[in-house]
Amino acid sequence: MTTTTVPEQAGVSKFFRSLWNWIKAVPPVYPLFILIFVFVGFLSPNYHTMTGILAFLRRAAPLAILAVGEMIVLASGGFDLSIGSIVTMVVLGSSILLNNDPANALPAIAIMLVIGIVIGLINGVVVSYLKVPSFIATLGMLLLVRGGALYWVGGAPKGYFTDNWRMFGRGYIENVPLFGRFPIGLILLIVIGLLTWYIFHRTNFGKQILAIGDNVRAAMLSGVKVRRVRVMAFVISALLAVIGGVMIGGYGGVNVTIGEGLEMQAIAACVVGGTLLLGGKGSVLNVIFGAFTMEIMFNMLNLLGLPKPYKDAVQGLIIIGAVAYVALSTRKKR
Amino acid sequence: MATTTVPGNRFKQILRTMRVSPVYVFLIVIFLVGGIMDQVLSDGQIFTNPAILLNILVRSVALGIVAVGQTLVIIGASIDLSVAYTISVTAVMSSFIMQGNPANVPLAILVVFAIGGIIGLVNGMVITKLHVNSFITTLGTSLILKGIINATFSNYTGSVPRSFEFFGYGTLGPVPVSIIVLLLVVGGGWFLLTRTKFGSHLYGVGGNVEVARLSGLRTDRVIIAAHIICSLTAVLTGLFVVSRLRSGAPWIGPDGIYDLESVATAVVGGTALSGGKGGVWGTLAGVLIFGVLDTVFNQLGVNPYLKTVLRGAIIMLAVASYTYRAKKEAA
Repeated sequence: MTTTTVPEQAGVSKFFRSLWNWIKAVPPVYPLFILIFVFVGFLSPNYHTMTGILAFLRRAAPLAILAVGEMIVLASGGFDLSIGSIVTMVVLGSSILLNNDPANALPAIAIMLVIGIVIGLINGVVVSYLKVPSFIATLGMLLLVRGGALYWVGGAPKGYFTDNWRMFGRGYIENVPLFGRFPIGLILLIVIGLLTWYIFHRTNFGKQILAIGDNVRAAMLSGVKVRRVRVMAFVISALLAVIGGVMIGGYGGVNVTIGEGLEMQAIAACVVGGTLLLGGKGSVLNVIFGAFTMEIMFNMLNLLGLPKPYKDAVQGLIIIGAVAYVALSTRKKR
Repeated sequence: MATTTVPGNRFKQILRTMRVSPVYVFLIVIFLVGGIMDQVLSDGQIFTNPAILLNILVRSVALGIVAVGQTLVIIGASIDLSVAYTISVTAVMSSFIMQGNPANVPLAILVVFAIGGIIGLVNGMVITKLHVNSFITTLGTSLILKGIINATFSNYTGSVPRSFEFFGYGTLGPVPVSIIVLLLVVGGGWFLLTRTKFGSHLYGVGGNVEVARLSGLRTDRVIIAAHIICSLTAVLTGLFVVSRLRSGAPWIGPDGIYDLESVATAVVGGTALSGGKGGVWGTLAGVLIFGVLDTVFNQLGVNPYLKTVLRGAIIMLAVASYTYRAKKEAA
């Protein structure tokens, strides 16, 4: 081990070169996240404690879940602009279905999941069978769902959320060894992350999604049931939006504008996580960290004491910068 | 026979170069159905009162002008989501500079068009030189504009002088000025697309950017020019809106959903989101469909939330009505 002969040195430089190659292969979202995370720790040391990290992950979990659903649609070459309005619908609709009675919590969530599946099916069918571009189809659905939800509640939210409904957004499991209190929302994210990771990266369905996003015609000719797969992608996205909506409502309470702009945040999280718009590339873990990056960025801007408008401007700059970085670095490789 | 068919063919030829899309059928159907419902369920003003017809057009001006620019950008296989905040910036800046003083009007107009040109230039440069997807680029610039405008102004700021309201409320004879401006913009867009080199280049770039590049086009310049034109149309819409409202506020762009609705009207009008196909006359029809719907809903007293629902459904149906036969899969 101590002998440092010439060939050994070559081996060392080779080691560093392969290490460098390995570092270069790391998606840029991870260093970006770690950088901001470390910086945020200097602003507020609380972020580097176990409670701080868990609280942060709990806040970031809903966006991560929305982003994973969005990514599956993006990877298939489409857009889903309706997820923000689905969140609004879940929050407003649940406030009515609950009727201030804790016993209604699970049925309300079940009904919302069913409505989510229906919305996803309609999105998918309109895109696949009526050939409406997904941007337009889901834009129409955005208006439809938002208008429908507001019509349902008569324009203003009714009642409050019962504690057992809010559990998914803000509940903790107490006395967990090592962690202390463990947020339920984070458990949901881990379960959903593992499930979608398996579906997207380890099954034929996931490969078919990527194949469709890469080249629809080639996928069709090689026997992929393009339409069915795309309908499934929209259903998954809508379902995850419902779950995200339950968590967001649980965390934030009843609010008419709660879902506005979330679809854009989710798309931005996907893109920061290396997903290609127009399809063909995507990774569940990278997108989850893309969402974490967005969330830690919002926290950083908060801690810096910037007023909300500046946060928007900085967010815009960072999105463009991150995507330009990814675009330029992948371009050089070609 | 020959004398009657030749003009007929000529007419068809002109129609073809105008790129009239099947959406006009949809427009007429919506108008007739809406009018009949109005006759049966309400006071039947739509068919009898010309003021209402004119009002449909005036309602369409704001969205129509910016939709022409959006159509150009989409034909170039790009998209511009920053138009809503460009409209806000224009409205606020112009009323802030004018301060109700007619002497400041030329300066204000100059400044807002310069700002619009810069926004379009930045959008185009980031898309072509940094290779950032147009959706993300313009989403980003939109957020940046939103931040700047909300940080600087929080409410209605300044006002426009009476003379400037001529744009929004004035008439030349019986025809409102705004409608003439709208038709000029649509006509200008049509001329650009079908009668100039830039137009053909734009269709080429939108159809296949690589092929266009290999056949010697400076594709980047075409895209940048399209984005600059689009931002300038957004500025014009902003000026129209502020002359109607008499003062500018930061939220008037996003409140009108001009970004998504301009895309929707272009696509309803037959412009393909994948680029290389479409025209401004179809977009005008798309805008008019929205105008007719608004008027019909108002006449019938439809609940405002239900209005949104119906709007969403009709956007889907209008596009589906001619895409469902397409052989190619939609993206």
